[in-house]
Amino acid sequence: MIQVLPLNSATEEKNISFSLGELVAGLRELLPDDGVLLEEEDTRPYECDGLSAYRQLPMIVVLPSTVEQVQEVMQLCHKLGVPVVARGSGTGLSGGALPHPQGVVLSLAKLKNILEIDPAARTARVEPGVRNLAVSEAAAQYGLYYAPDPSSQIACTIGGNIAENSGGVHCLKYGLTVHNVLKLKVITQQGDMITIGSDALYSPGYDLLALMIGSEGMLGVVVEVTVNLLPIPETTGVLLAAFDDVEKAGIAVGEIIAAGIIPAGLEMMDGFAIQAAEEFVQAGYPIDAAAILLCEVDGTRQEVEEQIRLVREELLACGATEVRQAEDELQRQLFWKGRKSAFPAVGRLSPDYYCMDGTIPRHRLPEVLKGIAEMADEYGLRVANVFHAGDGNMHPLILYDANKPGELEKTEELGGRILELCVEVGGTITGEHGVGIEKINQMCVQFSPAELAQFRAVKAAFDPDGLLNPGKGVPTPRRCSEYRTLHKGHD
Amino acid sequence: MSDLTRMLQETVTDAVAEKRPLQLIGGGTRSFYGRTPKGDPLQLAGHTGIINYQPKELVITARAGTLLSEIESVLAEQGQVLAFEPPRFGEGSTIGGVIASGLSGPARPFNGSTRDFVLGARVINGQGEILRFGGEVMKNVAGYDLSRLMCGALGTLGLLLDVSLKVMPRAVVERTQVRSCSEAEALALFRELAGKPLPITAACFTDGQLCLRLSGSRPAVLAAAQRVGGEELDQAAAFWVGVRDLQHPSLASDRPLWRISLPATATPIEGIESTGFIDWGGAQRWLSGRRDVTPLRDQAESLGGHATLFRGGDRDSEVFQPLQPTLLDFHQRLKRALDPVGIFNPGRLYPQL
Ligand SMILES: Cc1cc2nc3c(=O)[nH]c(=O)nc-3n(C[C@H](O)[C@H](O)[C@H](O)COP(=O)(O)OP(=O)(O)OC[C@H]3O[C@@H](n4cnc5c(N)ncnc54)[C@H](O)[C@@H]3O)c2cc1C
Repeated sequence: MIQVLPLNSATEEKNISFSLGELVAGLRELLPDDGVLLEEEDTRPYECDGLSAYRQLPMIVVLPSTVEQVQEVMQLCHKLGVPVVARGSGTGLSGGALPHPQGVVLSLAKLKNILEIDPAARTARVEPGVRNLAVSEAAAQYGLYYAPDPSSQIACTIGGNIAENSGGVHCLKYGLTVHNVLKLKVITQQGDMITIGSDALYSPGYDLLALMIGSEGMLGVVVEVTVNLLPIPETTGVLLAAFDDVEKAGIAVGEIIAAGIIPAGLEMMDGFAIQAAEEFVQAGYPIDAAAILLCEVDGTRQEVEEQIRLVREELLACGATEVRQAEDELQRQLFWKGRKSAFPAVGRLSPDYYCMDGTIPRHRLPEVLKGIAEMADEYGLRVANVFHAGDGNMHPLILYDANKPGELEKTEELGGRILELCVEVGGTITGEHGVGIEKINQMCVQFSPAELAQFRAVKAAFDPDGLLNPGKGVPTPRRCSEYRTLHKGHD
Repeated sequence: MSDLTRMLQETVTDAVAEKRPLQLIGGGTRSFYGRTPKGDPLQLAGHTGIINYQPKELVITARAGTLLSEIESVLAEQGQVLAFEPPRFGEGSTIGGVIASGLSGPARPFNGSTRDFVLGARVINGQGEILRFGGEVMKNVAGYDLSRLMCGALGTLGLLLDVSLKVMPRAVVERTQVRSCSEAEALALFRELAGKPLPITAACFTDGQLCLRLSGSRPAVLAAAQRVGGEELDQAAAFWVGVRDLQHPSLASDRPLWRISLPATATPIEGIESTGFIDWGGAQRWLSGRRDVTPLRDQAESLGGHATLFRGGDRDSEVFQPLQPTLLDFHQRLKRALDPVGIFNPGRLYPQL
């Protein structure tokens, strides 16, 4: 019998103890041979998600291929008291899918069937391992699509999207994941299956859909998702506006909205990000601009014509030095390509980059950008800024070199301070990437001890033994008091 | 404008200490909804005031007792609206009641539900603590989403102090097209139109007529009106207020009123002809009169939906469709997590909560 030692981590205080032999034997009974990975060469690819600064070799990885197998794995882990970390494609950017050293990584990647597309009801019922883009691809033949479109949509799974409440460049108008899901089937930590929501627009009882979406795999394992589909808009128009000053671009965003327009997408990039993207994909961006705005409007032909006219007026009134309209679908795609590849484009300029995800009230943008620039100088690091400007969600990208001793630590500290600045101006530490392990300290800044205690009570209602994705999302009181003490020294 | 936070916190703290249940009352316009209220009445209508409104940020934050009418008129001055079109059911309707009941108006299938527009909330939990969840920004995934959870919980999970809501620009032009048809034709047409990229923001069937509201810029609405056909309805704004507040004569009677929530594509349900009133493009159907509850619920369930005894009838019975046992168990645990001694609106939603 192998006695697993308690985890020595401030994020977690539970004693974990079970027989590894019993677990492995049990899993082997439930799953085919290739569904249980134990050897390092097989488990190594699961050691991190998209936030590769955090790594932990998993003890075991399981790959069930049916919902029944997921349920049985959960029942076994519940019975033996084994931590479970669910995993989709591992594109998460907050370490949400980081393995637990004494736990099972439960990959949903093999559950990738699109179970049903109902064109009349405009819904798709899919397994959790289905990729985000695959839903829209399958719906396209009916003139429908799934609106939330994270930049990682080629790779990320619907299950991961549910866990993170993912957004995309179209969320100002079409909402986040939480606004586009009707029903979930969830396996609880105890191994029960529950159905949350329904095919109707109203379901009785508490709004558990809202609670489950964005809960980072800590309240249950999602095994089936019914999403809403939308009719593909009749037409789409995109404007690209250049500014010689970031502040003017920020004001333009507010003015477009004040003019009564909710663009389908409204994105901003700063000079550094523009140059990086232009070098990478040659989108035709004006490389001498201090900022560009990409504004997409969609709807009927008449609606789009009208809105393009209004948006153009607002942009020029706010001092845009140039406003260009995509002339055809090809150019529209190219405008977006620059934006959607901004992360890798910036990534090319540096051995490593770190992506932040704070959200702020939009009118505080100029001062937050200034604050970021000042802090970056202080740390001697470069930062490129990419935003979902319409909804105030910022993605500062910090460039660093992990091979230089101390540089990752410096980067994380700068990142932490950027998030704290977001909270200070009335925003939040995460708009769409989740808390995971990455922002666990900043949770202590954004929330009071009583609020955190309330989160823990909610967690315990679903998972009294604390075995689903332990150590993520919500910090322990001890961790917070340690962080607060440290933090005081820092100021 | 007055801030009763401290008084409310004291009242809750005392009630917790004495294990004395409280009945939370806003404007009382939704007192017909849910199960029979129990506990000492606690009036919240005095806790009022718009705390923050920034039109360009698309957000408004108001104390729970603020009148819905006040909020909507302040928004209207800036050309903005609550896009989920909350019912009023009377002048006293407060924003706290809107959130707690979670009821949305005719725009619901097209613009989203009440909870879709909740960005954050401050609440007093069942331990007398003041907690803030969510915020005033559009995107926020820090911590569990407990602010949206308050929506539709009928006050059983906490006392709402203030809420932050996403607001939207008012459509430049609205126009309603009507045409006569049968119920089955209406349901088929709803389904067909829903798959098309048209600027529809309401779709109901009443008195043998299908009514479609179109919203957007003038040229877009005109073009869409031509496509959907029918005739333009006069006094359309007043008509939709009537739909929103269930003022239709067949509904506004003393008889029990059932709300049948179904997938929009569900076949017509038996007995619907008695009111012939369908909203939400087919997803919300109203029935009035005494019904045999079990077969009605079974039928709704088999069609993928639920039946709620919305108003009237026996308010001590299960007015909401009973939950499956495992789901009910999680509801109870969640209730205990937020309200351990069970002082907020006990039994209002389900007897066990
Ligand atoms: C280049 C790049 C661009 C990105 N752009 C965006 C963007 O525009 N918008 C955005 O919101 N995000 C973006 N992301 C972040 C990421 O893609 C999303 O968070 C995505 O939803 C994660 O999906 P995944 O399948 O990779 O999940 P994983 O990374 O595998 O897991 C994420 C979390 O979900 C949990 N989880 C996974 N599956 C389940 C399940 N079935 N049940 C319960 N819990 C589960 C995991 O435990 C973990 O906590 C980007 C990432 C990258 C690398």
